Amino acid sequence: MASTSTRRPGLFIYYRWLLLLLVAGLCLLPLWATVIGGFKSSGELRTNALGLPHQWLVDNYISIATSARFWQMLGNSAFISGVTVFFTLLLSSMAAYVLAHLRFAGIRWLGNYLALGLTFPFATAVLPVFIRVRDLGLLDTYWGVILPQVAFNLGFSVVILQGFFAELPKELFEAAFVDGCSYTRIFWQITLPLSRPVLATVGVLSLVGSWNEFLLPLVMINDDSLYPWPLGIMQYQGQYGTDWGKVLAFVTLTLAPALIFYLMAQKHIIAGLTSGAVKG
Amino acid sequence: MQGQSPKADGDLSAFVERQPVGIARLSLVQRLKELLGGGQLQAALLFLPPALLLFTLFVTLPVIEAAYYSFFNWNGYGAPSKVIGLENYQRVLQDPIFYGSLLNNLWVILVSAFIQVPLALWMALLISDKTRSSVVFRAIFFLPYILGEIVAGLIWRYMYDGNYGVVALIFHALGQEPPQVLATEGWAEAALLLVVIWKYFGFHMALFVAGRQSVPDDVLESAQIDGATRRQSTFYIVLPLMKPVVILSLFFSILGSLQFFAMIIPLTDGGPSNSTHSAVSYLYTFGIKRMRVGYGSAVGVTLFVICVVVMLLYKRLFMRQKATR
Repeated sequence: MASTSTRRPGLFIYYRWLLLLLVAGLCLLPLWATVIGGFKSSGELRTNALGLPHQWLVDNYISIATSARFWQMLGNSAFISGVTVFFTLLLSSMAAYVLAHLRFAGIRWLGNYLALGLTFPFATAVLPVFIRVRDLGLLDTYWGVILPQVAFNLGFSVVILQGFFAELPKELFEAAFVDGCSYTRIFWQITLPLSRPVLATVGVLSLVGSWNEFLLPLVMINDDSLYPWPLGIMQYQGQYGTDWGKVLAFVTLTLAPALIFYLMAQKHIIAGLTSGAVKG
Repeated sequence: MQGQSPKADGDLSAFVERQPVGIARLSLVQRLKELLGGGQLQAALLFLPPALLLFTLFVTLPVIEAAYYSFFNWNGYGAPSKVIGLENYQRVLQDPIFYGSLLNNLWVILVSAFIQVPLALWMALLISDKTRSSVVFRAIFFLPYILGEIVAGLIWRYMYDGNYGVVALIFHALGQEPPQVLATEGWAEAALLLVVIWKYFGFHMALFVAGRQSVPDDVLESAQIDGATRRQSTFYIVLPLMKPVVILSLFFSILGSLQFFAMIIPLTDGGPSNSTHSAVSYLYTFGIKRMRVGYGSAVGVTLFVICVVVMLLYKRLFMRQKATR
């Protein structure tokens, strides 16, 4: 069969590859310059920004990777985002289950109420949230970041989960119900196990968001032993200014966890972030 | 793709209608019985309150409180007592820096609509098939999106550094003295917009790839049999079918622009002379940083109103057709 895409194969393929390689190069160039920059001396950074270093300096990397501060802030971030993801999944799937399956007067209204969280950025309410967190005595604690984060995640996650739960086959629930399974048990033993893919979607969305979050910890956390990495990296940059070798090595080392995670679960991450976005 | 919810690709219905589907449609008596016997009420009382409570405490109430605080001159300590009426709003609306920051938000949207989205669409059409090279290119293009905004900002601050980075290299190669890009008005804004394109075009591309893959193959095959060229198929079949995804993609550009913040801090911190603020970085710099709770709240409320109006307007104008389906 003579398909159109093979009518002029040569030209199209050249144009496609040329273009794609160009754009891919532009995507990767800053990352390349960063990773390689961490190995260079200040002098070499001035003259040789893109090439391989003439002399590989590993001091920057080693001194950061062996400092307790670095691991402490990665640990802080891991804890905050891990707990955030857990509570986002737990609270939103519980609420979404009730909203998708049960019928009460006003239940739709409650669903719309939670979906309100989708219409405005967190920043608009950040000052009152700060005051609330302070009045609860949660400033300078992990929870001061976790609780508002979970609350703001509820909007999109309930919408996504509710849509998924509503489409699970009814027959399953009817059968379980006839067998005397209560609604609460149906949720734990049937709905949740069946919903692993969508839970992964919501989990990835809230994990990436929480791991990279800057404004919330910036406002809530003063004690630098509690800093998650985005605050830590700004502090480090403030300390070393344009000693770019050090800063770039630091940046590279904080990129590493994200890159490893991305390479391992790339398919799920792209699907999760886009389908999640499409849904929410 | 496996990790996707049932009707994900390019589906806008989540925005428009969400109908709770009952387990079974039963008569009133049966439903009452079920409500008490099957534990519906119990489930609802157990499952709903935690989410509702947290949401009310950290999302709804703060918005209402922001509206309240915005009438005070308050530094956050003690109870707010100094009522100044609408003065905060007057000052917000008379501040040229605030308008400048809104203008920058508009620039982000325009650049996204006229450069980023077309670029993403173009790339997506080239790599939406399932060949190995396409999968690799998609992964590369998407990569900047998963990086933290702070990291993206720092990397590009280095790139733009007039003494060190790649921009300096390019200018030296051309035999010119490199400018301090981020310290020059005008240049700094353009530089920021370039980083926005770099970081976010992969996200739009991924949306478009999903949209392109949901265009049924048989339509394209029959067009091919009828003698349509690749160009014709693209312009008369694929692109029109992808219109909803483009609309969605622009929706996210607007949403993203209104939340644009963290990247600015390492790049320019709003400078030079406050020319590169976004609405949120304005709020941060002039409200939060100086603990001017009243003023910051007024900015927050103004931004909230802008968001809600823009979103509703956009949905009504462009995302309506779905509701009737």
